[in-house]
Amino acid sequence: MEYKITGFVHIRDQHIFLDGREIFSSNVSKDPGDFLKQAYSELQISYPKFHKMDVLCKLGIVGTEVLFRNHQISPDTALVFSNASSSLETDKDHRKEMNGIVSPSIFVYTLPNIVLGEISIKHKLQSENVFFVSEKFNAALIKDYTTVLLENSNVPAVVCGWIEWKNAEYDVFLCLVSPEGKINFNRENLEELYYFQNERSAN
Amino acid sequence: MSDLRTELKQSIIEQLNLEELEVNDIANDEPLFGNGLGLDSIDALELIVLLEKEYGIKLDDPQKGKEIFVSIDKMAEYIEAHRTT
Repeated sequence: MEYKITGFVHIRDQHIFLDGREIFSSNVSKDPGDFLKQAYSELQISYPKFHKMDVLCKLGIVGTEVLFRNHQISPDTALVFSNASSSLETDKDHRKEMNGIVSPSIFVYTLPNIVLGEISIKHKLQSENVFFVSEKFNAALIKDYTTVLLENSNVPAVVCGWIEWKNAEYDVFLCLVSPEGKINFNRENLEELYYFQNERSAN
Repeated sequence: MSDLRTELKQSIIEQLNLEELEVNDIANDEPLFGNGLGLDSIDALELIVLLEKEYGIKLDDPQKGKEIFVSIDKMAEYIEAHRTT
């Protein structure tokens, strides 16, 4: 079966794009937490637990919320995520606290794959998930792993891509992959969508 | 409403990032867990930290939290009886 990129979302530099069209932007603050709080409000996401999360999880929740808007999502939808910095920013916050009383609510986010759990809880997914840490966006890895899941694990759809947070910078590119859609799911298209949109939002 | 109860509500909202709540939204006798504020197990650990940081109360037995973190009233009573700061 041939698989398609059913939808895709980018979050970068205070902009959110869905399928290449900007749906939200803000110049109020460069702080990722402030930007995501504003996006949460403007996009009318209702999930109080959002405010307890670290930035990586907030990026995942906002990204999937936008990506899932026009689609019926099966509980078997798998998640294949990747980034370069793992949970480094939260690890640093946790490290700072180790001289005194550490915060349990910071400690629980000191793993990158927690974002997969938060998305699964929010959208009631009971599916396969994996988080790769690699130096840069690796379209071949994402394409191969996603295809194996779709072909061999009875998975109807996969959300795959890149979710990076380092210092005040964040870079999210998530694709919903299923048999539905117009863009072929292959390495070339993944790279084109990732790099093209990132160049566009940088200009 | 006593100052300690108001102070506790403010600390809980701030410490647990309950951004969609204000002090007046929390009743003194409202359950903190379950159907009340809907706090979870990580919040319970965060409340233990709050007791130690703000009031110098160290809970050696986390199970004791079940008796203390029932409501704002119960927490305030425990703090008044055990605070060291």
